[in-house]
Amino acid sequence: MGIEQKAGDMGIVTTSLETVVNWSRSNAMWPLLFGLACCAIEMMGAQSANYDLSRFGMEINRASPRQADLMIVAGRVSRKMAPVVRRLYDQMSEPKWVIAMGDCAACGGIFNNYAIVQGVDEVVPVDVYVAGCPPRPEALIDGIVQLHEKVARMKLNGEIREPIKV
Amino acid sequence: MDNATVVARVSESFPRAVVATSEFRGDLSIVLRPEALVNVARFLRDEPGLQYDFLENLCGVDYLGRDPRFEVVYHLISFTSRHRICLKVGLPAQNPTVASLTDLWPTANWQERETYDMFGIIFSGHPSLDRILMPDDWEGHPLRKDVPLGYEEVAFTINQEQIDAHKPYAKE
Repeated sequence: MGIEQKAGDMGIVTTSLETVVNWSRSNAMWPLLFGLACCAIEMMGAQSANYDLSRFGMEINRASPRQADLMIVAGRVSRKMAPVVRRLYDQMSEPKWVIAMGDCAACGGIFNNYAIVQGVDEVVPVDVYVAGCPPRPEALIDGIVQLHEKVARMKLNGEIREPIKV
Repeated sequence: MDNATVVARVSESFPRAVVATSEFRGDLSIVLRPEALVNVARFLRDEPGLQYDFLENLCGVDYLGRDPRFEVVYHLISFTSRHRICLKVGLPAQNPTVASLTDLWPTANWQERETYDMFGIIFSGHPSLDRILMPDDWEGHPLRKDVPLGYEEVAFTINQEQIDAHKPYAKE
């Protein structure tokens, strides 16, 4: 059943601008193509046939930060890599979102030492944290769906509404 | 080629260079005086019959509390005689300096930089002794035994707020 049956034969659908913008943003959210460590393997698993991330409009990884909306930090960030991650984030065009995938990206994980940044939120602002070492593809997909729900709550001025609690 | 021959030829040509020798399961280690290292290494590389032509690796060791505190370990292989030996030099805690082997084996270049980066051992005569693994603005040498192991206090519910208070979160 398509939208034309619901809308009758008037050829017109009415909605708010905010809803349309958020709908388009969250249903074609292209991630930036880069993986830092073993979590990237699970990220690739989430995008390939068994888990099929393209169901959520995210099948294309962009190799250029200019064309990407979402940065999935998949893996531990070393202190030498941190400026590179920040630079990639700065090159992405607004609006942009960050998912910290895995324990290492979220808080340093098992690597509490001189070489690893203790959580990528010291480098870039993070929207969704996905726990796991590494997270299974279902967990990553759940994190992405959470992010979609967060985007759907955005106002046009950039503020985010509180989620409706039932 | 056997270990006794190598020791005999080195001590014959450099009577004052060898501090000690040891053998473990057939592998020979020779402890040298730091100032004799380059000459002995060149001798081992060029002398007919020895020809240790490949520097397999080199690394630093920190024996905190021992004198000399630091040690640099070199592994040499002779492809012609199919034999492997290990050279060691002990270095003091204050200003540990040893001559660079980059003139003999170019492969020493990056490995000496790594040893400098991790232990702060100075290789005099190295063409560009900069950090190779850590960021340039890093202070200290992380593999020294007096550098603390953990970087950040482990967070539990009891101290989560204290850690959060001084954690450098990124801005937009």
